[in-house]
Amino acid sequence: MSATTDPPKDGFQLSQLIYDTRYRSMTIQIVALVLFLLGVGWLLNNAAQNLAALGKPLSFGFLGEAAGYDINQKLIEYNNQMSHGRAALVGVLNTLLVAVLGCILATVLGVVIGVLRLSNNWVVARLMTVYIESFRNVPVLLWIVLTMAIFIESFPAPRAFRGENASASMSLWDSVALTNRGLYIPKPELYSGSTAVIVVFLLSIVGIFVFGTWSRKRQEATGQILPNFWIKLAIFFVPTLLVYFILGRPIGLELPELKGFNFQGGIYMRNSLIALTLALGLYTAAFVAENVRAGIMAVSKGQSEAAFALGLSPNRTMNLIILPQALRVIIPPLISQYLNLTKNSSLAIAVGYMDITGTLGGITLNQTGKEMECLLILMAIYLAISLLISSVMNWYNESVKLRER
Amino acid sequence: MKKTTFFGAVAAATMTAGFAAAGTLDDVKAKGFLQCGVSTGLAGFSAADANGNWDGFDVAVCRAVAAAVLGDPQAVKFTPTTGKTRFTALASGEIDMLARNTTWTFSRDVDLKFTFIGVNYYDGQGFMVPKELGVSSAKDLDGATVCIQTGTTTELNLADFFRSNNISYEPVPIETNAEAQQQYLAGACDVYTTDASGLAATRATFENPDDHALLPEIISKEPLGPLVRHGDDQWADIGRWVLNALIAAEELGITSANVKESAMAAGNNPEINRLLGTEGNLGEQLGLSADFAKNAIAAGGNYGEIFARHIGESTPIGLARGLNAQWTDGGLIYAPPFR
Repeated sequence: MSATTDPPKDGFQLSQLIYDTRYRSMTIQIVALVLFLLGVGWLLNNAAQNLAALGKPLSFGFLGEAAGYDINQKLIEYNNQMSHGRAALVGVLNTLLVAVLGCILATVLGVVIGVLRLSNNWVVARLMTVYIESFRNVPVLLWIVLTMAIFIESFPAPRAFRGENASASMSLWDSVALTNRGLYIPKPELYSGSTAVIVVFLLSIVGIFVFGTWSRKRQEATGQILPNFWIKLAIFFVPTLLVYFILGRPIGLELPELKGFNFQGGIYMRNSLIALTLALGLYTAAFVAENVRAGIMAVSKGQSEAAFALGLSPNRTMNLIILPQALRVIIPPLISQYLNLTKNSSLAIAVGYMDITGTLGGITLNQTGKEMECLLILMAIYLAISLLISSVMNWYNESVKLRER
Repeated sequence: MKKTTFFGAVAAATMTAGFAAAGTLDDVKAKGFLQCGVSTGLAGFSAADANGNWDGFDVAVCRAVAAAVLGDPQAVKFTPTTGKTRFTALASGEIDMLARNTTWTFSRDVDLKFTFIGVNYYDGQGFMVPKELGVSSAKDLDGATVCIQTGTTTELNLADFFRSNNISYEPVPIETNAEAQQQYLAGACDVYTTDASGLAATRATFENPDDHALLPEIISKEPLGPLVRHGDDQWADIGRWVLNALIAAEELGITSANVKESAMAAGNNPEINRLLGTEGNLGEQLGLSADFAKNAIAAGGNYGEIFARHIGESTPIGLARGLNAQWTDGGLIYAPPFR
């Protein structure tokens, strides 16, 4: 006697779509999908109809027209006769610049603060708690505006540097000027023979990596530890400086100088860039610090006890045992902090920093009146940047995560 | 259940869309107030006092339109807009009318699909500098850092001016007048540029207005006026003729003091009679009551009174009538005939 119950042989009935458990979930999903598509279609149709009624059909031709406005900070050649598309590109590069600088600052600060928050020193640990809580719990826009206001109000204007009895003076042997319009630092000037110095410098960086590999192999083979840090430092500086002086100092410095209304020459870092980077970096560092703390606490206590039992110093325990394991927990939430920082950089216009929201989503949108088009492009650009960051970080995550066999 | 909600939402949305397509006049009458876009705060033109009451030269236009349409100059809700948000606010229907020292240009009229209903202030772009810089002409500004309000015609004029004079500058884009003022006073920019009237209004709020000078160059024509969306001619006509009524009232000598009296009975001047509705049916033709102009004038006085009260020479802002005098006094302010 067979216990299997065969499905009824008589053909497929429509009511089975609802009452038969084999088809029901499929039916529900298809209905949901159709409704969703209808909803999207209705929204798109509505937008298209309303735009047509306003007499503004979707078109992207404005990207090729002359922009007509100037941008202060440009990493590529740009003037007001170039196109809106070019202005958007200048904005994208400014966004990327502040995002990269901010991420670096947030990571460095975040790791230090996260580790210090776990310190056994009561005062240090509490100070870090105060830092984290105060930065995490105040909106980033306020930090940005506050940083800029402090910058503008506390540093002297360039005109304070002028005259016989100037109230402000340049620091570091007259090479750096800190004004409320930004920071002017010397710019390297390359003379003939400078190529050799640069090549030597690049070679010594390669040398540091080669030395690192060799030293690790030697340590694995013999158990002896070299003073790696000092040797690497020496490789970094000595050959380059030697060549620099032997060739008669082929790299000079172009110092900023007060001419007319502003300092001229040197590298000019605008107040908006500095304030924005600082605010975003300090704010995100608070979140990164919490990720780092979580990552470190996720490493079982037995690991550090074992390391101490083996006689490793606390520093080595942190660097060799705890952090590599903690990284696996830290990286995934770190990705989303990087994405947050990049997206928060769109608040740049609060301090007059011309990022992509300021150029394409600001002046271009306003002058051409193409709201829909500009916002669509803007969203696509942020999406692309975010996906790029997360794919790079996921690739890094792959390389540090636990190899399971 | 889900489906019902969805179709309900669709139906509701369709109805709203249909409603919005009806005339702006009906909308305003139905909700009982006028939604007017103004600036986020520019002394004399539109600024809110400590109690949140808006007042100023641009605000007066909104109040006059509200008085003409609804009979009550207080039936206005104000939406503060920045140079950047104002056009989107108007195009999307968030506001019924924009009165925010906005320059009438070809592309805003034609390409952005707005209708300017007239000019209430003829202006031009100027520069303000601290006197201690010793600058006497805008052509001396080579290499200067210039604060500009972003999203305005000024940034395009500025680019043109510096390009045609072949001198360089460093633009600092700022979102609102208040932020620009802070940066300018702290010396983060050497120059502040915007419409000359705006500069005068801003300077009037400084602690030491005399330490700052307006440069002689006026580098552009900036006819400022209120505007509405394209495509609703009746609403545009209402705005246009309310503004003209204020201007004509000054020309004809009707003030807030004597408007009630003049509107009681038809007088000797047929134009005044037509304007105030004691003769003819101009109000009806607009779809308003016969005394629309009387209400508008009673709200804040005629054009000259509004000018004198908010930005005129007796106020801290102290602007002379200049180009904005009546055509009979050699200015450009001119209302077409009411007939």
